[in-house]
Amino acid sequence: MNKYNPPRMNPSSLRSRFATRFLRSLSEINAQKPTASSSSPTEIFRRYRRIKVAADKSMAYSVRSRRTWSRAMLWKLRTRPCGRRSVKTSTIVRKTRHEKQNKNTTTATTTGEDGVVSGVEADELRELVPGGEAMDLYNLLDETAHYIKCLTTQVQVMKKIADFYSP
Amino acid sequence: MSSRRSGGSRMSDDQIADLVSKLQRLIPELRGRRSNKASASKVLQETCNYIRNLHREVEDLSDRLSQLLASADTDTDQAAILTTLLI
Repeated sequence: MNKYNPPRMNPSSLRSRFATRFLRSLSEINAQKPTASSSSPTEIFRRYRRIKVAADKSMAYSVRSRRTWSRAMLWKLRTRPCGRRSVKTSTIVRKTRHEKQNKNTTTATTTGEDGVVSGVEADELRELVPGGEAMDLYNLLDETAHYIKCLTTQVQVMKKIADFYSP
Repeated sequence: MSSRRSGGSRMSDDQIADLVSKLQRLIPELRGRRSNKASASKVLQETCNYIRNLHREVEDLSDRLSQLLASADTDTDQAAILTTLLI
């Protein structure tokens, strides 16, 4: 059962899906630049924001709704206003209050072989992983592993692109 | 047949411990350590640090790209990038 893998990229790998989407977004962002002040600090900051969002969006769309964290990220990105003002506060307050009610039903602590997994560290992790607030410990750990794999892919691809454009 | 402790909704400690080792293998900080397991609490701590570092790297790279893109023509470069990038 020897499968020979030719040294070409796998078009359906997460890496290539992300890279293709992200590059497309970068083209769109670039196409929007105003001719006069494309190097002004404001422009650069605006571009920075758009690139960061594009990176997260490309990653979330590449994973689609297969994972809780990607669903949470997509939801967050979709409810993001396109304008300048952020309506984050009211939406998040409502969501957190609702999540807090659910928290009591999720298992936050357990005793592992090498000691206790405290609720504090798990909660810290919950804040870092999209959608983590509603996950029980098992799902949190599972989602975190996948999230980390995707983050490292994101960083690798972005690094290569930056190196490509570096003088 | 092993007896279940309570309902079906509680994951066993073994399964949690498995996931913790899986995480440990993903984190560079902990990978090189003695092959014994690090404590679950340590793994979670390092996981949080690692994720924060990755987030910061993404931000730095976005920043770098925003400056580099000022003078780039990404349309024609796309194919070239994809080939060099993904082989």
